[in-house]
Amino acid sequence: MRKQLMKGNEAIVRSAILAGCRAFYGYPITPASEIAEAAALYMPRAGGVFLQAESEVAAINMIYGAAGAGVRSMTASSGPGISLMQEGISYMAGAELPCVIADITRGGPGLGNIAAEQGDYHQVVKGGGHGNYRTIVLAPHSVQEMADLTALAFELADRYRNPVFVLADGFIGQMMEPVEFSQTAVEPRTPDYAVTGTKETRGNLIGSLHLDIDEMEAHQGRMEAKYRHAEEHETRAEEWRTADAEIVLTGYGIMGRILKAVAAEARADGLKIGVLRPITLFPFPKLHFQRLAKSARVFVVVEMSNGQMLEDVRLALNGARPVEFLSRVGGNVPSHGEVLEFVRKLARQSLPALHLEEECVANV
Amino acid sequence: MSSEMIAEYEVSHGKAKAFYERYERKDELQHQTHFCPGCGHGQTHKMLAKAIDELGIQNRTILVGPVGCGVFTYYYYDVGNISAAHGRATAVATGVKRSRPESIVIDYQGDGDLAAIGSAEILHAANRGEHITVIFVNNAIYSMTGGQLAPTTLLGQKTATSPEGRNAANEGYPLHVCELLATLEAPVYIERVGLGDNKQIMQAARAIKRAVENQVRGLGFSLIEVLSPCPTLFKMTPVEAQRWVRDVMEKTFPLGVFRDRTKEAQPRALPEAAPALDRIPQILGVANEDLPEGNPAVHDETAADLDLAVRVAGFGGQGVLLLGEVLAEAGLDAGLEVSWLPSYGPEMRSGTSNCHVRLATRVIDSPMVTNPDVLVAMNEPALRKFVKSVHAGGWILYNGEEFPADCEQPGVQVLACPFTEIADALGNARAGNMLMLGALLEMTGVLRDVNIDAALKRLVKNPRWTELNRRAIERGRELMRESRL
Amino acid sequence: MAYVEKQDRGQLRVDVEECKGCGLCVEACPPKVIALGERLNHYGYRTAAYKGTGCTGCGICFMACPEPGAITVMRIVNRARSVEQCMVGASECASN
Ligand code: SF4
Ligand code: SF4
Ligand code: SF4
Repeated sequence: MRKQLMKGNEAIVRSAILAGCRAFYGYPITPASEIAEAAALYMPRAGGVFLQAESEVAAINMIYGAAGAGVRSMTASSGPGISLMQEGISYMAGAELPCVIADITRGGPGLGNIAAEQGDYHQVVKGGGHGNYRTIVLAPHSVQEMADLTALAFELADRYRNPVFVLADGFIGQMMEPVEFSQTAVEPRTPDYAVTGTKETRGNLIGSLHLDIDEMEAHQGRMEAKYRHAEEHETRAEEWRTADAEIVLTGYGIMGRILKAVAAEARADGLKIGVLRPITLFPFPKLHFQRLAKSARVFVVVEMSNGQMLEDVRLALNGARPVEFLSRVGGNVPSHGEVLEFVRKLARQSLPALHLEEECVANV
Repeated sequence: MSSEMIAEYEVSHGKAKAFYERYERKDELQHQTHFCPGCGHGQTHKMLAKAIDELGIQNRTILVGPVGCGVFTYYYYDVGNISAAHGRATAVATGVKRSRPESIVIDYQGDGDLAAIGSAEILHAANRGEHITVIFVNNAIYSMTGGQLAPTTLLGQKTATSPEGRNAANEGYPLHVCELLATLEAPVYIERVGLGDNKQIMQAARAIKRAVENQVRGLGFSLIEVLSPCPTLFKMTPVEAQRWVRDVMEKTFPLGVFRDRTKEAQPRALPEAAPALDRIPQILGVANEDLPEGNPAVHDETAADLDLAVRVAGFGGQGVLLLGEVLAEAGLDAGLEVSWLPSYGPEMRSGTSNCHVRLATRVIDSPMVTNPDVLVAMNEPALRKFVKSVHAGGWILYNGEEFPADCEQPGVQVLACPFTEIADALGNARAGNMLMLGALLEMTGVLRDVNIDAALKRLVKNPRWTELNRRAIERGRELMRESRL
Repeated sequence: MAYVEKQDRGQLRVDVEECKGCGLCVEACPPKVIALGERLNHYGYRTAAYKGTGCTGCGICFMACPEPGAITVMRIVNRARSVEQCMVGASECASN
């Protein structure tokens, strides 16, 4: 496979079509618009459908229709647009319809700004719409991962019959890096639950209404079982030099890249430091954290949001290790220098104290 | 004898085949609908089912159901069923029909669903001329939720949320959906019918069939608005409610055909066959055989362990992003790891523009360049913005005759030249970026001409520029060499 | 066969399980040959009933009725022939 230089946003669309996606409905928004633009160009050429909808609300419901008709389909937006899509995402989860949604995040709340931020974590990872459901969330940190995780997203969406997010910040969407693509296109297949306007599918029903409370509970039980299954089988994280790490830096997306740079430099200083980068945000890689908690002394969460992923890290560690937190928001990115300084200070002040604490414990 | 006499009759009007024999999706009373006695939904359902039977399209039909009293379409219709969110049925129908053009997609909605919360969706579906059939049941009230004001509630009509009667000053006027949609170009057929008396009922049945038939013929968007009694919330007997539709409701909502372009409309062209699967990588421009091989390993010993971080900044239009792209593309051609990260959005629009480029022999961790090895400042504001970020030992290429004295940094080398003016003399001021690129290449020694040529070939399609760009890069190299003398 | 001449053109069947007694068919029937029954069915509706004679087979009551299968209207197929004859000459019969 040969590499070519491409924006993350453009890689998503190519990878989606290779993965058998044949419908894209969207609405322009910075910094996600290139996805719709590329889809407008390539989707019809590949025999698929592209339509710029009148709103994100309409777009996600068009996806609902396309997915109900058995077509792999996707949309893309950024924070404000994702908020509008939450209704449709809840309906899709309820009706157990697959789809892929790319959220190329920007600054918020409200109109916020268009700089890269990670403030969509809660609305994407925790559900966002009404009712008991989850979405699987993949967080690429490079253009290559934009391509690879988009392809994976379609597989997972079909496997779990559930919406899957590709959650990336404006940096990952906008930057160009070398990327290579699969040379074989996945053949679009029609799932047997789809309503396609044929005799065979006439008895099928797509919907999420369960008036009977026990039936509703049973339905949710099945959904919950799916999510548990995903937790067991789909959790992904990248570990970088964590084996002997006393300090574990953690962050996703662009932060994961910066943290690796910081850790590399801090290692050169002699610090035992590594990076744990969640690739799936739901299911959250709890076990990775719990395992590292056995050897590491302290965890440092670095995000471009106000402690949203921090909560999941704390839940995963459940008090086993202290968790430090560094964040910049508004479009600022915790810089290499900032993080490095934070880590050095931590190493100077806290690590000895932590060692001491353990010695105390040992002495008791 | 009597049995023979009965056998001389045959069913002329009986339950449509498009209905299930028994409504097994319903919890109880599976032999009758959930509608109140005398509900216009029931009549409308029957007309639609009859049309499906008569047109022989039961297998092809996909019914998109609403939220409201019509929510249970899938209880009754033995067709493909999709239940949509409140107001979104036309968007859902769009998604279905576009991917399944052979199916007959019928969208069934009430007045709250279609004319209030779904007003944007219906307007745009109609405006796009989606090839769907919309059955719009207007009973001037929110029924399922218990009788609140609808967009089609009549002036003065009392509802749960207009206890004193609809007041135009507060709630506005009844919304005329047919009239509104008839202002659009795309719809093929729009008619308002009523269920107010026998004549109206027979016309309604004809109109509904016609609207479905239009889709069978591939003609485009058809909508039938059905003025429909809701005895329960009108608080009338079924017969009174029916008369109210005819005597009162029709005054606000006149019946008739608002659009009929069925004669002129052309059946839609069938979608082109999808390309063969093995052609997809080629179509997407990602097929290996279509990608350049590159000229790797030509970056020489000087780049044994290269890690170059460049920040390019200037005004939009100066070719800031392109300079960075050529650098990144050439780096890829040379077999290096590369990243290119632009500023984007209104920042670009207001005039300033910048990008981060990294070239390295090892995997690039962060694509962000906070402390560049080289700052290419294409104007003074860009210089002032980023000058402090250049680390000691780094370089600044500055597009200007004089480097501002207060911008000098300890340990940072500077090449200040009026690159734009020199480019202008060469043939085009816009080649200033390529001059600066030439200077940068000469200074860092990272890439070969063959890499740059390959990059330019990929990025600059217009051959007029190729020659000029080459000369500009060469001149830039010269300027750098001269400065070193 | 004189009795044939007296036969109505149409006949009406009401499914009393499905009928909700709304009375729209009663209102709609041009010759007024439908009435609501005196007794309530076990869902509490006074269901429609054919008076037994005078139906023209026009089908209006069917269209006016909101329930899919509450009303079935039958139309006479052939006044002159018996069932057996009809089955023998089916195509001829259908053309009538
Ligand atoms: S409330 Fe009105 S619209 Fe709803 S089922 Fe009853 S009569 Fe029909
Ligand atoms: S078919 Fe016509 S005449 Fe016969 S009962 Fe019905 S409405 Fe009356
Ligand atoms: S119209 Fe139908 S439901 Fe109403 S009384 Fe007549 S048969 Fe019964």
